[in-house]
Formats: sequence, C-alpha cells, structure tokens
Amino acid sequence: MRAARVPLAAPQALTLLALLAVVALLAALGTGSVALAPGEWLGALFGRSDAVAEAVVWQLRLPRALTGFAVGGLLALAGALLQGLLRNPLADPYVLGISGGAALAALLALLAGWPLLAVQGAAAAGAAAALALLFALAHRALFSRQDWHGEQAAAGVLLTGVMIASLSAALLTLLLSAAPEAQLRPMLFWLLGDLGGAASLPAAGVALVALALILLVGLTRAGALNLMLRGDAQAHTQGVAVERERRLLVTLAACGTGVAVTLAGAVGFVGFVAPHLVRFLIGNDQRSLLPASALAGGTLVVVADTVARSVVAPLQLPVGVVTALIGAPLFLWLLTRR
Amino acid sequence: MNPAASSTGPRAAPAAPLLACRDLVLRAGRRTLVEGLTLEVRAGERWVLLGPNGAGKSTLIATLCGLREPAGGTVQLAGTPLAQLSVQEAARHRALVSDRWLDAFASSVIDTVLTARFLPGIDAAGRALAIDWLARLDCADLAERDVRSLSRGERQRVAIATAMTQGTPCVLLDEPTAHQDPRHQSLVLQRLGELADHALLASMHDLNCAAHFATHAVLLDGRGGWQAGAADDVMTAERLSALFGTEVRALGSNGDRVFVARWPDAGRHGA
Repeated sequence: MRAARVPLAAPQALTLLALLAVVALLAALGTGSVALAPGEWLGALFGRSDAVAEAVVWQLRLPRALTGFAVGGLLALAGALLQGLLRNPLADPYVLGISGGAALAALLALLAGWPLLAVQGAAAAGAAAALALLFALAHRALFSRQDWHGEQAAAGVLLTGVMIASLSAALLTLLLSAAPEAQLRPMLFWLLGDLGGAASLPAAGVALVALALILLVGLTRAGALNLMLRGDAQAHTQGVAVERERRLLVTLAACGTGVAVTLAGAVGFVGFVAPHLVRFLIGNDQRSLLPASALAGGTLVVVADTVARSVVAPLQLPVGVVTALIGAPLFLWLLTRR
Repeated sequence: MNPAASSTGPRAAPAAPLLACRDLVLRAGRRTLVEGLTLEVRAGERWVLLGPNGAGKSTLIATLCGLREPAGGTVQLAGTPLAQLSVQEAARHRALVSDRWLDAFASSVIDTVLTARFLPGIDAAGRALAIDWLARLDCADLAERDVRSLSRGERQRVAIATAMTQGTPCVLLDEPTAHQDPRHQSLVLQRLGELADHALLASMHDLNCAAHFATHAVLLDGRGGWQAGAADDVMTAERLSALFGTEVRALGSNGDRVFVARWPDAGRHGA
C-alpha cells in the first residue's frame, strides 16, 4: 500500500527524457529514403558535407523532426493541462473541440484547393473560432461561481467541448462523403495527422517558440493546478483564484492544440498517452509533469514519424496511426504491470 | 463562558471578531435557507452548526468561505468585508475542512497535507507543522500512503490536518467527525478543543459530538429561521426536538449530558 512512491525522481526523469529526445531527433536525422552515412548527415548538420546531404538534412529531415517534436510536445502539454484541469484522466487535447474546428476549416480549404499556407491559416482560424465558441457556450462554467466544488464547472467545460467536437465530427463526415475522390486522400491524411506537408524551418521555429512559451506560462501556473486537482473549494480556500486560473489554462491548452493541429493535423493519441506515461514515471506533480510530458510527447511523435516514413518506404503512413500503434500497447503494458 | 477573556488584549475596545456575518441571506433556487443571520466568532470560540439535512449548513460554510455569493448581507474576516479581500488574503486568514475530496490522481498523504502551504511556502517549518498535525490526528503512519487508499475516516483526519497546516486563525469544518470511529471521534474533538487561539465553526449531525465540541451553537431550520448563542442556552432538548422534528431527550446533568433521539417504534420488537 505504498502506492504513492514513483520509480524516478523528477530531475532524473527530466534528464532521461531530454536524452531520449536528443537520441530520437538524431535517429530521425539519420533515417530516410536517401541513404546517408552517419558522417554525411552529421557533417551536413554542421555545414561540412555535400549539397545533396545538406539539402536532405536541412530542408527535409531537420524541419520535419523539429516540427514533429514541437507538435508532440504541444499536444502532450495540452493533454496534461486538460487532464489536470478537468480532473479527468480520459481528457486529451481534442476534448475541447478545438481540433474539430481546425479540421473543419482545414478540410474546407483543402476542398477549395487552397495552397498549404492558406490551409494552415484556415486551420488556425478554425481553432480560434472553436475556442471562442467554447467560451461562449461554457460561459457559466468558466465565469460563474455557483458550483463551489467545481465538479460542474469541469463537467461543463468538458461536455461543451465534447459537443463542439461531435458537431464538427458530423460536419467533417458530411464533407468527406461529399468530397470528390481526388481530394479524399489529403483530407484523410490531415485528419489522421501528417507531418509530410508541414515541414519547413520557419514552421518548426514557430512551433518550438509556441511550445516554449506555453510551457513557461504553464509552469508558473503549475502550483495552482496542483491544488485545483483536488477540487475548486479546496484550492480557493488555499489561495488559488480558481476561475481566473481555469480560463487561463483552457486558453493555454487550446492555443497549444491549435498550433499543433494547424501544422500537422489531428495527430492522435500522443496528447492523451504522453502525460500518462510520464505519470507512471514521476507521479502527478504538475511542476515536473508539464515539462516531462512535453519532452515525452515530442519524442513519441519524432519516433512515430521516423517509423511512419521508413517502415513501408517509399510509402508514408500518417504519423497519427503510428503514435497510437506505439502508444497504446506501451500504455497497456504499464497499466497491467502496476 | 469566559467574560474575562476579551480584556486580555492590549486595547480596551474588543478586537474585531475573526469571522462574522451580518444580515446574511442564503437562498437555493426559490427556497430561503437563512434569513438575516448575524454571527460573531471570536478567538477561542468553537461554534457548532446544527440543522436537519438540507437546511443549508454546507451552504452557509461555503458562503462564509467566499465560495458562494450570499443573496444578501455581508461576511467579514477580522473586521474586513470578504468582498474587499483577495483570494490570497482570505486564504491567509481562514481554512476549510471540506466533506468532499476529489482524489482523481495518485498523491501521497504528506503531499496532500502540504497543499495547504501553497501561500506560506513549503519550508522546514511548514513541513514540521504538517507532520505534527498528522501525528496529532493519529495519521503519522499514513504519511507515505496514497490518499486514494485511505478509509473515509482516515481521509477526513488528513483533511483536518491539511486545514490546520494552512496556519490560519479561523477554520471552518464541514462535518469533521462524520466518518470517525468512537476513539477517533473523541481524538478529533480533543484536538479541536485544544485550539485556544482559533475561531472554529463546524457543522455536525451527532448531537453529543456537538455538545462536546461547542462553546456556541447556531441552529438552522432550513426555512430561514435561525437561533444562535452560547451552546448551553441554544442546545436544549426542546429546541433540538423542534429543530429536527423528532423527539430529542437530554439525559444526565449539565456536565455529563447525553442527547438521545427517538428510535423507530416498530424496530426490533416488530415482526
């Protein structure tokens, strides 16, 4: 009955996860359809290789790996924030309906034959619209203080988000069934999550900056979130301005999700499973859970994407399929040997 | 009980009560639970809140904690209206022992108690206070356990230790003895009774626990009516019988009084 013990102390776990992330990123740089010797791609990284190797590394593999890492980190961070905020282990970045809004807008743009950048712009606008809708519909849950244990507030946000997600899922299905044959494949890839299109260094830069910012703001709220996990009444009487924190954290998680799905589509599962994997390792202190989740989520997506573009090369799988194929068995294994 | 107590302060004027409400009105939907309640809870006083199920005891505690807006009237902490205090200032002044715990994720008992140090900080003194309170409530052995593995009685004592670790002069408790076995019931009452400098307000259902605990009592009838005053004046068999709508008898003398509520007529002798 010493269930509260965890296998690793937080600093060790963070170091380990950071090392794993570096290894995964290097593996991603060394893997691909163009065979490069370790000397070649490492040399290209430092500008000491031939033009082909440099093009492959700098224009294809590095942007893709970094974008993948940032996307995974953002989704895992959003998932960790929402699982804590909603006090619901089943929460993931998509329960707020943000990705539904983004997907709907992105698919409409794809249907209209817009270029990639415009599709991404539409996805971002869709995510923002879904967040605005959430704030409007869950107004009572987010702004009032009638329910002082906070269970209804959490449930209100969750249910509103799930309904926005369901509504957009229905509209997405409608779009898919009406879409011409030629556009189905890119639309489906977008829905499953795909890093193939998004990879550019500026995109990776934006995503990494977003990840860093959301993580930093998240870390300043981590102490408050630790208390809110135990109920709003308790947190409020212990000195947490619960309503303000909830609005901030919902916005933070939504922004993370929005940036991630804008760049890579709705990569599934990583936002749900990465925080849980980390919880098995280090417990539920948000101050270490948030950065550890970001590292784990980023690593998971980089590994999954490396697998996705190499196992059945030259075919590429959507990375979302692979994250679930790797993540679900890993999660079940940890769950059963507890 | 102790008229000399208020003259121990440096000033002649009595200090502001640690917790007070004036003309407080509580409504739930269309029902008026409490109408015009005025209370002053001072250091060293232990107020018990009595009333039938649904009379508004938890609602009153929530309102006094600032978790819920009253329909009318004001709440004051140490003389300052609650509305003028920030969440942080209020949390330095009063703590809450809730009767509901949301333990969604694993957490050790000691980490749970240390959540109370969010504002004061988890330093050596805070840690010592947490461990001390766990020990005083017979929970020392539980410190490393997962809160989710505790019995309700144990979890409740951990909740009390948590509130005490917050180090506030005023503590509100929602049914702090509800899940305790007889030995721990008495232990909890003893520990609360030792808090001579605190202002306590606790809701209770067990009339004998209430009688042991309280220096003062508030009776809420759930229809707006209330009575408040020294426990010996308010907690009489007549008033309690009327309050709960069932016969309550007081046995024994004042020092060793026991309340007995009426049992069902056709119980063990029926059938």
